Amino acid sequence: MEDKFVVSPSPHLRTQESVNTIMRDVVIALVPPTIAGVIFFGWWGLALVIIGMISAMVTESIILRKSLAPKAIVGDWSAAVTGMLVALIFPPISPWWVVAIGSFVAITIGKLFFGGIGYNIFNPALVGRMILFVSWPVFLTTWSEPVGTHDAITGATPLDGAEATYTELFIGNVSGSLGETSVLAILIGGIYLLAKGHIDWRVPVGYLGAMALYTLIAGEDPIFHLLSGGAVFAAFFMATCMVTSPFTRSGKLIFGIGCGVLTALFRVNGAAPEGVTYAILIMNAVVPFINNYTRPKIYGEVSK
Amino acid sequence: MVIEPSSFKGGINPGHYKISAQKPITKASAPEKVYIPLQQHIGAPCTPLVEKGEEVKLGQKIGEGQGFVSAPVHATVSGKVIDITDYTHPLGTEVPTIIIENDGQDELHPDIKGNGELEDLSVDDLKNIIKEAGIVGMGGATFPTHVKLSPPDDKPIDTIIINGAECEPFLTSDHRTMVEHAEELVYGTKAIMKTVNCHNAYIGIEANKPDAIEKINELVKDDKNIEVAKLEVKYPQGAEKQLIETVTDRQVPSGGLPMDVGCIVSNTGTCVAIAKAIREGVPLYERVVTITGSGVEEPQNLLVRIGTLASEVIKECGGMTDNTKKVIMGGPMMGMSQPTTHFPVIKGTSGILLLTDKEVELPEEGPCISCGRCIDGCPISLLPNRIAEYSDHERYEDAEEYNALDCIECGCCTFICPAKRFLLHHIRLAKNQIMARRREEQK
Repeated sequence: MEDKFVVSPSPHLRTQESVNTIMRDVVIALVPPTIAGVIFFGWWGLALVIIGMISAMVTESIILRKSLAPKAIVGDWSAAVTGMLVALIFPPISPWWVVAIGSFVAITIGKLFFGGIGYNIFNPALVGRMILFVSWPVFLTTWSEPVGTHDAITGATPLDGAEATYTELFIGNVSGSLGETSVLAILIGGIYLLAKGHIDWRVPVGYLGAMALYTLIAGEDPIFHLLSGGAVFAAFFMATCMVTSPFTRSGKLIFGIGCGVLTALFRVNGAAPEGVTYAILIMNAVVPFINNYTRPKIYGEVSK
Repeated sequence: MVIEPSSFKGGINPGHYKISAQKPITKASAPEKVYIPLQQHIGAPCTPLVEKGEEVKLGQKIGEGQGFVSAPVHATVSGKVIDITDYTHPLGTEVPTIIIENDGQDELHPDIKGNGELEDLSVDDLKNIIKEAGIVGMGGATFPTHVKLSPPDDKPIDTIIINGAECEPFLTSDHRTMVEHAEELVYGTKAIMKTVNCHNAYIGIEANKPDAIEKINELVKDDKNIEVAKLEVKYPQGAEKQLIETVTDRQVPSGGLPMDVGCIVSNTGTCVAIAKAIREGVPLYERVVTITGSGVEEPQNLLVRIGTLASEVIKECGGMTDNTKKVIMGGPMMGMSQPTTHFPVIKGTSGILLLTDKEVELPEEGPCISCGRCIDGCPISLLPNRIAEYSDHERYEDAEEYNALDCIECGCCTFICPAKRFLLHHIRLAKNQIMARRREEQK
């Protein structure tokens, strides 16, 4: 018998999990907020999510893989996640081209300019939202009442002063971004990601805990702050982004707390309506420092 | 008594592939020729005691160790020495090897006889018996056992741990040894305890081997000095330092040895070999090997003569399947893949694993997505992603600063990486470079 065997270094066994399967799970986790968005804001919401995804995926496919073959467009699913996130953090009555450009900007400036997946410092979807916010602020602050249609009447979100009960806020039957209003739907997706081990509880717990504490100390209603705006969505889907958050466990907690404190700070002490966006982008910038200062104590390390 | 200590930090769950767990150990037929490498231990190779053309008997000492950290080798069949030459060694080098043609008589060397009762033997007797029997750590590290059992006076040993974790997927040789040779295992444990004057021993077994736990507990339940530790099923539960941490809650200091925290860890096969060496006087000339994987027709646990070629052992299991693409000595996590099947079974061969084409596809390495799974999985709490990155950029001093040398090469990081990075490979490279520089500096 002729011996022709593959020789390679150990380990010879690998987990089935890959970047693709993780990203696909994130897409799955984003389905409940998408459904909630459709229920509360109509079918246009679904159209926006699809537009966001297509724009992100096609952009990445052309720039990165120079191909429009179906496989190249799907890629590793990470562009699909970015596209979904962009659509879900935009107002549900955004024009289609605003979301399309948002996704395009997220992928190009937020991700590929830095070197693609793994190398980007800032959360791409938030980069997209921030750049669009400074470019066309009107489109990003025009909110519709729930159960409206594409041309529904506009109204204020609870954070801008609209009245809403805790239950309404929890279910999501209020004005706000497409995927951010239903805390219930977000929690379903978030728990799925926690159960799959794709996100670490330290980030959302640190984020929301710090936010609650800060608003409480500041004399405001912490439950209202947690339930309104994009905090819960950000805590589960934005701050937990693997690439742009710390990789150490204690680092993740510090990062979450930092995001929560900054979000609360902007809401309570500032006037910026984009508190969540700025909070996370600022914390993204300090991730390398957090990583360096949270090296775990190694096994058998003798304290010096 | 069975204790259930909580496990160490980190680790992974690579899955359960113990397809040969219920296969009793069967004796493999002795091959026509055995290839006995003169180096089957960490340390300097042996010098041959026989010459080409000489007749040898089963169990006869044919290679003598040089220096203290060495172990002799013995004839594993009776017959004629037909050559002493360099031959392929499973650890990837050519090693001087004694080739013996089997005469089929299995005539035992006349010097081989029992050494009497454990109570009557002195510590020096025991060390000498173990040394002369050529016993080394059979878990794979092949460190000479008599050296391990001779700790310096300033390092008193208060805990013996018998390593029956067998956390490597696929391998079942330790499992079967514990079930079928429980009595000898306990005897060997007592011999080790006596040799190092220690009155406290644990036999650590993963919870997925309930038959072994029951069997051994039955034997030690009235002995207040020996306890069975039921271990969480987790890889690398059987790594020496992780096992010590689980059982005793002590951490071996970085760069240190188990004896620095008063422990000695011994493999189950080694214990049984010690028992046989004391009672029957037989040297280590055969061992239990698991031949397994989807690339072999009939997975088995075989009692194999040292020096039998892997190809012969595989034939004994019905041969390999047509699509076999990888041959590994050892388990899938830490075993060495082999270019051929013409390597001999040595004292440290716990398994021969055959994988098929579907299982050996090399994944394409993607960029790190900083998920931190490698960090959570690392039983040493290193930052494998960082060390590998520094290694990639030839920043070996930074890799050293990040404790690259503490890596135990368990492979958890590489197993768990969703970006399919060859983390351990990069870390090994860094370790080699750091060691090379240290040697350079010492000159």
